[in-house]
Amino acid sequence: MSKIVEGLRYSDSHEWVKVEGDIAVIGVSDFAQSEMGDITYVDMPDEDEEVTAGEEFGALESVKASSDLYCPVSGVVVEKNEDLEDAPEKVNEDAYANWIIKVKMSDPSELDSLLDAAGYKALIEK
Amino acid sequence: MEEQYKLTCLYEQHMALGAKMSPFAGFMMPIQYSSITEEHIAVRTRVGMFDVSHMGEIFINGKDAKRFINHIFTNDISQMAEGQVLYGMMLYPDGGTVDDLLVYREYSEDHYLLVVNASNIEKDYKWMLENSVGYEVNIDNQSEVWGQIAVQGPASEELVNKVLGVDVSPLTFYTFNDYQIGGKRVIISRTGYTGEDGFEIYSSKEDTIRFWKDLLDAGVVPCGLGCRDTLRFEAGLPLYGDELSAEISPVMAGLSMFCKLDKDEFIGKDALVKQKAEGTARKLVGIEIQDKAIPRAGYPVELSDGTEVGVVTTGYHSISLDKSICFALVDSAYAALGTALNIRIRKKVFPGEVIKKRFYKTNYKK
Repeated sequence: MSKIVEGLRYSDSHEWVKVEGDIAVIGVSDFAQSEMGDITYVDMPDEDEEVTAGEEFGALESVKASSDLYCPVSGVVVEKNEDLEDAPEKVNEDAYANWIIKVKMSDPSELDSLLDAAGYKALIEK
Repeated sequence: MEEQYKLTCLYEQHMALGAKMSPFAGFMMPIQYSSITEEHIAVRTRVGMFDVSHMGEIFINGKDAKRFINHIFTNDISQMAEGQVLYGMMLYPDGGTVDDLLVYREYSEDHYLLVVNASNIEKDYKWMLENSVGYEVNIDNQSEVWGQIAVQGPASEELVNKVLGVDVSPLTFYTFNDYQIGGKRVIISRTGYTGEDGFEIYSSKEDTIRFWKDLLDAGVVPCGLGCRDTLRFEAGLPLYGDELSAEISPVMAGLSMFCKLDKDEFIGKDALVKQKAEGTARKLVGIEIQDKAIPRAGYPVELSDGTEVGVVTTGYHSISLDKSICFALVDSAYAALGTALNIRIRKKVFPGEVIKKRFYKTNYKK
């Protein structure tokens, strides 16, 4: 049973967003990490790179597969989680504690099109 | 949904073990049970087992069996002794690969077992029939009858002896023997696809299920196709469809040692002689990149100015070597060891270098 955290927003491509003012903290859901298996590499954009809602911003790699990450919101990357460069398996250990990037949002209204915890639960139980 | 795929005799066992299942070569097969990494390490350090019942078993016998197999097979079976196994390919006249396979010489010069890839069983069987005109041979596709388990890893011999109640210690690498277990025929060869010592056990479906359960009870780790691929890749072994195909000849793949060009003839020989003499446009190489990013099948191989000179066929962050490495088919001008080649992974370009394809030092019992 995949863990879902209340109070976060979710994309249908299995990323989560935690809103801190105008900053969106972005990671992947517990469901996504368990589907991937052992994560061996997290491909992240660098600071100051622009990201666009619905577009690819990086990827998770497991032994067998690579899975693109899609940005739930548009904006500019202000920080990437450098801990994941040496320890990508932290995403498997706790997908919610180990965020991937922080984005300064250019259009916070994009958050409205994301799912809430209940909506995301319904999606992955379909 | 799974009805459209064929199931091996061990399907129920995989479900009971909670395996992640996925279609492969028309079969619903286990990809992993616990984790690819754990299963991979089990084979490298102790012992694991694979359901390879999807593989094809084609028996060929008759007065012309030896001459016929030498006609369709790149390696030379004329000096094979009873109980020997040989690896080689079947080729199209243009040198492209029909399949790579094992030939087992049975108890007489007239009796052979050919073990072929699951994805190619029908194609291979048809190819053999079509090319057997004028040869007195009987070609018997028994793929549906046999189950097969590969037991691989340094503790394989101990576990196979203990669980099956046989003595496989006299077998050396690439030999086999017939055993009677409970009055039924079981073929065991010292072969595999992992780079470790190990055995492949061919038996009836009922016996295959029994052996699987008994091996499991004895502590042999069930392993899926996920780590089968990471293991064979590290050992530098090709997979049909990736490193060999109708477009990729054994010469291009660096497997000329399994093609005996001094044989009188075999289908595809003339094309290979020409390829050896003139060179091929592309060659298979190993490439290592200095990063944890993973070069995967289909990613482009480039020069520093961005010119595309090849494509990755298989790649991983190697579990046993902790390096990002791949096989790639590249223009022959850039195939020399030490050549600097870049790999484009999504939007980024990673510098790499051509290295030997046998990434991992194999541990066979010669």
